[in-house]
Amino acid sequence: MFQESTTFQMFLEQANDWQVPLHNVFLDYEVTVSKRPRKVLWEMMRSRIDVMQTSINEGLSKPQNSRSGLIRGDANLMQGWIDSGHSLLDPLFSKIIASALAVAEVNACMGRIVAAPTAGSCGVLPSVLITLAHHKKINEDELIGAFFTAGGIGIVIEQRASLSGAAGGCQAEVGSASAMAAGGLVEMLGGSPDQVGHAISFALTNVMGLICDPVLGLVEVPCAKRNVLGAVNAVACAEMALSGQKSIFSADAIIETMGKVGRKLPEEFRETAKGGIATIPLPDKF
Amino acid sequence: MGILDVIGPIMVGPSSSHTAGACRIGLFAKKLLGQRAISANFFLHGSFSATGEGHGTPLALLAGLMGWSPEDTRIQNAMKIANKSGLDYKFSAQDLGNVHPNSVMIQLKGKSNKVEVCASSIGGGQISVWSIDGFAVELNGENPTLLVSCPDRRGLIASISSIIAEAQISIAAMKVHRNIFTGKNMMTIELDNMPPLSIIDSINNLTNIDMVRLISSVFSGT
Repeated sequence: MFQESTTFQMFLEQANDWQVPLHNVFLDYEVTVSKRPRKVLWEMMRSRIDVMQTSINEGLSKPQNSRSGLIRGDANLMQGWIDSGHSLLDPLFSKIIASALAVAEVNACMGRIVAAPTAGSCGVLPSVLITLAHHKKINEDELIGAFFTAGGIGIVIEQRASLSGAAGGCQAEVGSASAMAAGGLVEMLGGSPDQVGHAISFALTNVMGLICDPVLGLVEVPCAKRNVLGAVNAVACAEMALSGQKSIFSADAIIETMGKVGRKLPEEFRETAKGGIATIPLPDKF
Repeated sequence: MGILDVIGPIMVGPSSSHTAGACRIGLFAKKLLGQRAISANFFLHGSFSATGEGHGTPLALLAGLMGWSPEDTRIQNAMKIANKSGLDYKFSAQDLGNVHPNSVMIQLKGKSNKVEVCASSIGGGQISVWSIDGFAVELNGENPTLLVSCPDRRGLIASISSIIAEAQISIAAMKVHRNIFTGKNMMTIELDNMPPLSIIDSINNLTNIDMVRLISSVFSGT
């Protein structure tokens, strides 16, 4: 039923043929692959979303301080800024930024998170999908559906490129998370399967070439703030797609290009802490 | 890989390979020992030794050894709790050769059993166990697994597989690893479902069986 190597086009055609949202097609795929009933899979996704919500709350309400000292409760600081009414744009936008930071910081401080697609990029999907679902009063089943679409996009990226910073740089982790969130968001807000594809293309194109350069080799700096980049980019790309803008290149072409760029990245830019930000000498206090 | 592996696992941070995978390796070693560990010697290879400390790799390995899963929030206190429990453990760096950068060798001793296991954390919390007591094996910890060590004797595989069939369990994969110098075999039998514990005695009752272990999955369904 499903080919060895999946393409986004394949899922897209099926969704269009059957006139159903993409998440139905992805859920069928997951039933085939996992041999688990639909209902079980749906509940598993629900419990993942519950964990994500808990990590958002934890990171926003309590300052997260990592053992290395590189993470010092910035999500909590951002929440204070929102509460004091200083948000530059709508406070909702600040909330997305704060939530992405919150989950990434909870991860850095050995709290419980959902790797989505990786632990290093775990802040992107919850901050975008959960925050906007609350704001737009999206019902829980639609939110769960959006996560299946996001996950399905992740499957395609994993098979045609990579989801790992060690293999493909930050573009493969935060970049993939951003494309997954953008696609999931388009579907959640009523966009068509084709628009999901355009959002994926926009999101990955914008982060093409982003390197993985973790300071001290830890998942802290620049990772937490790169999660914000992924989240904000996802919102912008989803909105562009929803407005009717079309990508010149297909999602599959962009995904494959990201994979090619990743394979060409020198080793120092692939999670080895030997390049980029990771090579700047740290101030004495660290 | 499925969608719920991409959106998952639920885990304690910061790294699926250095933390979640390490915990599962510890958990596998604990199940392999088959009893409470009294002493543990960890040899960390490559990236596990280079950046493991900052990623909580030693904490996660100890947590697994105490039977906790990767989502257990006690992981950050694993060292304190292990100390309190009286576990005698040691971490050191060692080059294990041309293997995955995130690898570890664990030597475990319990009251009557001891075991040496080598495994790698290969990304996304997935693991690969590649050596048990010097036998080259190939296990991922996902299926319940029977491990049988016995002399190289004709008919043993048939006897063991019929015991498994009697328990109404299907075999997902099976490998026999031979040591030509000692004449010993190690069988790894991955099963679709967890058999009743009595299967250990049934296999042990066959002649010349040296050791039987039943290892449940280190993936707890999340």
